[in-house]
Amino acid sequence: MGTPTPPPASTSAELDGETALGLLRTMWRIRCFEERVAQLKRTLQVHGLIHLSIGGEGVAAAICGQLRDDDTVYSGHRAHGHAIAKGAPLDRVMAELMGRSDGLCRGLGGSMHLVDRAHGLLGATGVVAGNIPLAVGNALAARLRGSDQVTVVFFGDGAVQTGYFSESVNLAALWELPLILVCENNGFAEFTPRSAHTTVERVCDAVAPYRFPCQSVDGTDVGALFAVFAADLDLARRGRGPLLLECMTHRRRGHYEGDQEAYRDALADAEWQRRDPLARLQADAIAQRWLDEAGAGALEQGARAEVEQAVSFARASPFPALELAGELVYASER
Amino acid sequence: MAREIPYIAAINEAIHQEMARDESVLYFGQNLATTENDEFLKAFGSDRVRVTPISETAEIGMAVGAAIAGMRPVVELYMAEFMLVAMDQVVNEAPRFRYMSGGRVKVPLVLKAGYGFTAGWAGQHTGSIYGMFMGIPGLKVALPATAADAKGLMATAIRDENPVCYFHHYLLTLEPGEVPEGEYLVPFGQASVRRSGGDVTIVATGWMVGKALAAAESLAAEGIEAEVIDPRTLVPLDIDTILSSVEKTGHVVLVDQATRHASASALIAAEIADHGFSALKAPIKQVTALDASVPYSEPMEAYVLPDEAKILCAVHQVLGTAPVAA
Repeated sequence: MGTPTPPPASTSAELDGETALGLLRTMWRIRCFEERVAQLKRTLQVHGLIHLSIGGEGVAAAICGQLRDDDTVYSGHRAHGHAIAKGAPLDRVMAELMGRSDGLCRGLGGSMHLVDRAHGLLGATGVVAGNIPLAVGNALAARLRGSDQVTVVFFGDGAVQTGYFSESVNLAALWELPLILVCENNGFAEFTPRSAHTTVERVCDAVAPYRFPCQSVDGTDVGALFAVFAADLDLARRGRGPLLLECMTHRRRGHYEGDQEAYRDALADAEWQRRDPLARLQADAIAQRWLDEAGAGALEQGARAEVEQAVSFARASPFPALELAGELVYASER
Repeated sequence: MAREIPYIAAINEAIHQEMARDESVLYFGQNLATTENDEFLKAFGSDRVRVTPISETAEIGMAVGAAIAGMRPVVELYMAEFMLVAMDQVVNEAPRFRYMSGGRVKVPLVLKAGYGFTAGWAGQHTGSIYGMFMGIPGLKVALPATAADAKGLMATAIRDENPVCYFHHYLLTLEPGEVPEGEYLVPFGQASVRRSGGDVTIVATGWMVGKALAAAESLAAEGIEAEVIDPRTLVPLDIDTILSSVEKTGHVVLVDQATRHASASALIAAEIADHGFSALKAPIKQVTALDASVPYSEPMEAYVLPDEAKILCAVHQVLGTAPVAA
């Protein structure tokens, strides 16, 4: 066998060195966090249903990294990356995954229901596409308040076949809401390929009649994605919307942790290298001399150290007071 | 000052007053504000009064998202059954979002839904489906039986910090009643004792309150004094008022237009059995609709529903008395 194909460079024309390093740092934090979560899940220190986004970090970093704290993100069941990229502290996310009282949601939500108001992560839903109309409502509220806040909703290509998607897109287009719909198309809707769900190849085709801006981009090319989203964000910031961005990505792991993945062949390492957004951007940053090998190692080590601190923080955090189980069902009067 | 207005006017008055009081209150619905003369549209404009497409999942979901973002939407659903189209939002998102966030967000939202239209509307427009929402932690359920309560409960629902299913009875729509002008709030979780009596406790909801009161008048003529209690909200449920009455009478008849196994009365019966058993002098009797869809044909429609005669029969059964022949 020959030497492995080197990863193709990212389209970094739109990136400067500082931005690229910021994106890399975010991606390493997500990658290391999720690799650690996978380990903790195997030893049941993290319990429950866990969906990892390894391979999709570029989308989270390039999109959430450009948003303000008062811009809103709605995510779904694969939400860790979006939360971290939007600014949620690693230790609070880890504590949530371990069901502790210092978790983002005091341990009541877990992996699929992360909420971090301070950083504009208003929520994540466990039912595919259930988050899309919530984001429509959020965008409406922003419009009614007269603000320039932008709402971003993440969903997979499986969500596009739901009634939620069709109804929400229609409503957002009808009311011209400042909403950016981000479809992370990793080729699998849970356990089955897109071809088993629909004859519509690209998500953009599904919304074509509405004639709002819609693009399909390589979600592993972080530089290109960053530039495309920057333009979308600029439009939405000026009140245009909705817009749709379809990001083609690769889901490195199964649908959930523990998934045997009998339905697909594992990618060869060389192919994974070609589709790994982190490896691609890092190779590019090195080629551009924004970073050397030692610097890249330091980014990874820094992220791993932060993740270990997060694990220690979570382990030290107590489980939530049991009385909360009843007390939090209803909000009290304002 | 109170004056007589119909139940439906009382509901609209509450929404109107709350929209005037708080600009975060929004009003969404299909076929809402179909003309420029619409009272809500004229007063509050098309930003806050919005007609939606026939898209219940997006409509309710959008309202949930707006509520999380700080608005107070009222969603006009017309038929309660239309909520079933969007059960994920009604069950999984609206009432659970605050909980799953550890209390970090809240969802102040009113789902306004008419029910019980047993006037030949057949199987899909006549259900009394509030019972299924009592089993969903995080939702509140209001069930006004009078024009005054229709206003007061709606105002309270709009000001509540939680998602509220507000079920108004279609056969009460034009029923007039004394309604206070101006701000009028009926607190949630406070039953109303519509009639006092020491012999038997009748708990009735919605349209059945009137039927229970009519039955109580007939019973009075026979020398039986019935206490008629209207819970007004099913969640929270004022079980204390019911238990106090049971303590006094020892006899209970529960009247509910819902099908028996999805009724509020089944849950009230369980609470009485759990907390008031020692006061009971006879088994609890439930008068509910038959466990069947509501049929179209008029005599059959009447056959499956509770009515005054069925209530009278149940009271005599629990008291061990014989009805006096008319």
